[in-house]
Amino acid sequence: MARFGMVIDTKKCVGCMDCVVACKTENNVPEGFNRDWIVQDARGSFPTVNLEIRSERCNHCDNPPCVYCCPTGASHIHNLGGVVLVDHELCIGCKACIASCPYDARFVHPEGYVDKCTFCIHRVEEGLDPACVSVCPTYCMYFGDLEDPNSEVNKLLNSRKHHAVLPEAGTKPQIFYLE
Amino acid sequence: MDNISRRKFLKISATTISAAATLGAVGKITADVNKISGNTTKGLRKIPTFCDICFWKCGVIAYVKDGKLWKLEGNPLDPLSRGRLCPRGTGGVGSHYDPDRLKSPLIRKNNRGKEEWVAVTWDEAFDYIAQKMQDIKSKYGAESIAMFSHGIGGNFLKHTLKAFGTNNFAAPSFAQCRGPRDVGFKLTFGEDVSSPERTDIKNSKCLVLIGYHLGENMHNSQVQEFSEAIKKGASIIVVDPRFSIAASKAKYYLPIKPGTDLALILAWMNVIVNENLYDREYIEKYGFGFEQFKAEISNYTPEWAYPETGIEPDLIRNTAYEMAKYKPATLVHPGRHVTWYGDDTQRSRAIALLNALLGSWGRKGGFYTPVSMDLPDYPYPSYPKPTKPKVDNPDLKYPFAIETVTNGIREATISGNPYPVKGWFVYATNLIHALPNEDETIRAIQNLDLLVVIDVIPSEIAGWADVVLPESIYLERYDDLNVEWFREPFISLRQPVVDSPNDQKPNWWIAKKLAEKLELSEFYPWENIEDYLEYRLSAGGYDFEELKKTGIIKGSPQPIYFETGVPIEFPTPSGKIEFYSLQLAKAGFDPVPKYKKPEEGPPGYFRLLYGRAPVHSFSRTQTNRILMDMYNENEVWINKFIADRLGLKSGDYVKLKNQDGVVSNKIKVKATERIRPDCVYIVHGFGHNSKMLKFAYKKGASDSQLIKRYVIDPLMGGTGMNVNFVTIEMEV
Repeated sequence: MARFGMVIDTKKCVGCMDCVVACKTENNVPEGFNRDWIVQDARGSFPTVNLEIRSERCNHCDNPPCVYCCPTGASHIHNLGGVVLVDHELCIGCKACIASCPYDARFVHPEGYVDKCTFCIHRVEEGLDPACVSVCPTYCMYFGDLEDPNSEVNKLLNSRKHHAVLPEAGTKPQIFYLE
Repeated sequence: MDNISRRKFLKISATTISAAATLGAVGKITADVNKISGNTTKGLRKIPTFCDICFWKCGVIAYVKDGKLWKLEGNPLDPLSRGRLCPRGTGGVGSHYDPDRLKSPLIRKNNRGKEEWVAVTWDEAFDYIAQKMQDIKSKYGAESIAMFSHGIGGNFLKHTLKAFGTNNFAAPSFAQCRGPRDVGFKLTFGEDVSSPERTDIKNSKCLVLIGYHLGENMHNSQVQEFSEAIKKGASIIVVDPRFSIAASKAKYYLPIKPGTDLALILAWMNVIVNENLYDREYIEKYGFGFEQFKAEISNYTPEWAYPETGIEPDLIRNTAYEMAKYKPATLVHPGRHVTWYGDDTQRSRAIALLNALLGSWGRKGGFYTPVSMDLPDYPYPSYPKPTKPKVDNPDLKYPFAIETVTNGIREATISGNPYPVKGWFVYATNLIHALPNEDETIRAIQNLDLLVVIDVIPSEIAGWADVVLPESIYLERYDDLNVEWFREPFISLRQPVVDSPNDQKPNWWIAKKLAEKLELSEFYPWENIEDYLEYRLSAGGYDFEELKKTGIIKGSPQPIYFETGVPIEFPTPSGKIEFYSLQLAKAGFDPVPKYKKPEEGPPGYFRLLYGRAPVHSFSRTQTNRILMDMYNENEVWINKFIADRLGLKSGDYVKLKNQDGVVSNKIKVKATERIRPDCVYIVHGFGHNSKMLKFAYKKGASDSQLIKRYVIDPLMGGTGMNVNFVTIEMEV
């Protein structure tokens, strides 16, 4: 069984937001909303500063509270790669999932349903990378099967120090940031 | 032969190429010229073209779904984008759908600057413009019309105006941007840095960025190569008063005091020379005046530079050693927007000399030699010979200006000397934001009999125009071919992928139509742009139909380094790298750069610095709804300690007031550890005051509005603009 995840090299990322723009055009994300975003995490004091730049989105968690709390089954785990998706037809817009997500990855689409990153499953099913990964001018993003020991994502995780965002939330996020 | 080297090109272009006139029948322009496809075919079409959100000209694949523009991706065949666009390129979709676009030709109704218009037909607009132009010509001469432009789209308008008889064409990209760099390098190596920059970032083992915020400025190929250099483990040295994105990638970050970069560069050279760390063989072979240079820089020790720059002597030494360690694959990047303090040509020359010491010019990991395709120009009739010299640089007061000086034209327009300037054409550049001191620009405008602005969106300069002409955006038009100078030779095509939504027209159509009104039809022997493109491509032996399908034609690879066969030549007066410049000495300038202390601001003031955001191009993208969803107003970066002292926190609104009392629009505070306490920083392009830019109106503050003062670079006329100081006014 494939388990899709992302590995993002914070050393190469310049935070240009091309991933955010590409997601917007690929998925027709409406004005005023984005499915992914950039965090510039600066620590220290001038001039000794450490800056980590992260392209963030839904973590497609292995232990997804948004799925567990959904009263209609709209939020669900897709049969391909464990991707967390929302069935727009089933969603009643109750926002329980929004409240449960530690990453603030979800929003209510103007058409009334809850929306978020899909890992561009429509592209992945055609053998393509998600839009954000495929456009990145710094080549800092990698998408693949975390269960496959030979996948590039696994090779990177085995060779580089990395971390997830808010692992303490216990949701088992599937996006990892190389340090 | 489909390729020529840059050097050969320089030789060719030095001789006059006389154009044979082959006149064809001038036909009627088809009424629906703008309807390029009328194609609302169901399904997906992929059409190659090249981008125009900035000037980099990246190859694009446009996806059109059921006749509507869906998304833009990079063209994998394109050497510039290598299949990946920057965020602005990806977001170009928003420029097509922008509701604030100019929609029809406009003629001013009331006083200039009131932004009150009458919508007119194209014919009425051209009649108005042509009449005014003929009046100016008969009263003052054709040279009294000047054109300001940005980007490849201005080519056809320039052609029409040259045919009309003027020779005054300028772009802010010289005197307000890269001019000092190109002059500084030309004085040293005999060649400039050119655009795209000939910097071999991807092969650099040590990359030095001085105030060059790569990653925030998104010059696509440069950023891609930057990432590649990071991946390969290049040692990165960043010099910047602000902890930039690039600084976060650096092994060494030097938080320099603004305005003192030249002191640091001189101290680096002092260490490298005194400790014999330079490329001795390279300099012995190719250097001129090295001993005099050595003597001139002997006093600029790291200890001397410390109090100037705030950079500790050990850090200066260690970074000099780092550069020397990786030479000649050490690239001290010359930057791009370098009009900072008015001594910018000399600072750029110092950067050139530092690279010369490291032997990086012409070498892998340093500066490569760009190559291009050999494509003849269209054989137009000869232009009428202007009877007056260009207006911008009388008596060559800027002796090393290698391009026309925008502010020189502005000055002549105000003073009427050396002769009056009465007409301005402004193509795709918002002069109010591009030139310093907007009062002077407005004063110049008051002296005009005609101001025509041609653009895709409104702007502050359009607000001052007599006539505004709406252009189709790049995705809706053909343009001139891009015959690029780059790592490998190629030609790229801009072609329409969707129709313009309203009465916008492509620049070539506007230029041709205007020429007809001016009775200059013989200068347009072609009927349609496609005839022009077909002619040029056939003349070079290339297939237009094929190019429409691929978007890119590549030539065969050529050597780009000295070590792989590029002839080693330095087209300077001495034929060598000029460590000591006799031509500068002769003109009364320092033959080796000398440091002068920058002027300090009044007590309690902060130096105003400005730069780029990766999701915006100048002041031209703040109505693009997609890009505005990324970054919709700028912030003023204030050092956290200072902000605390002022009782400010991130998200508070303030106004900035400069030393001359100019007050900005309100702007959000970003209290941050990422900037020195003696300066503040804002992203350029915001703070629009044109009411026609509905979505951008009054969002954020404009650095240009606060850049009242500027210092002119006496070598080439560039305007140093980092010389303004502001206080922070609480917004209530």
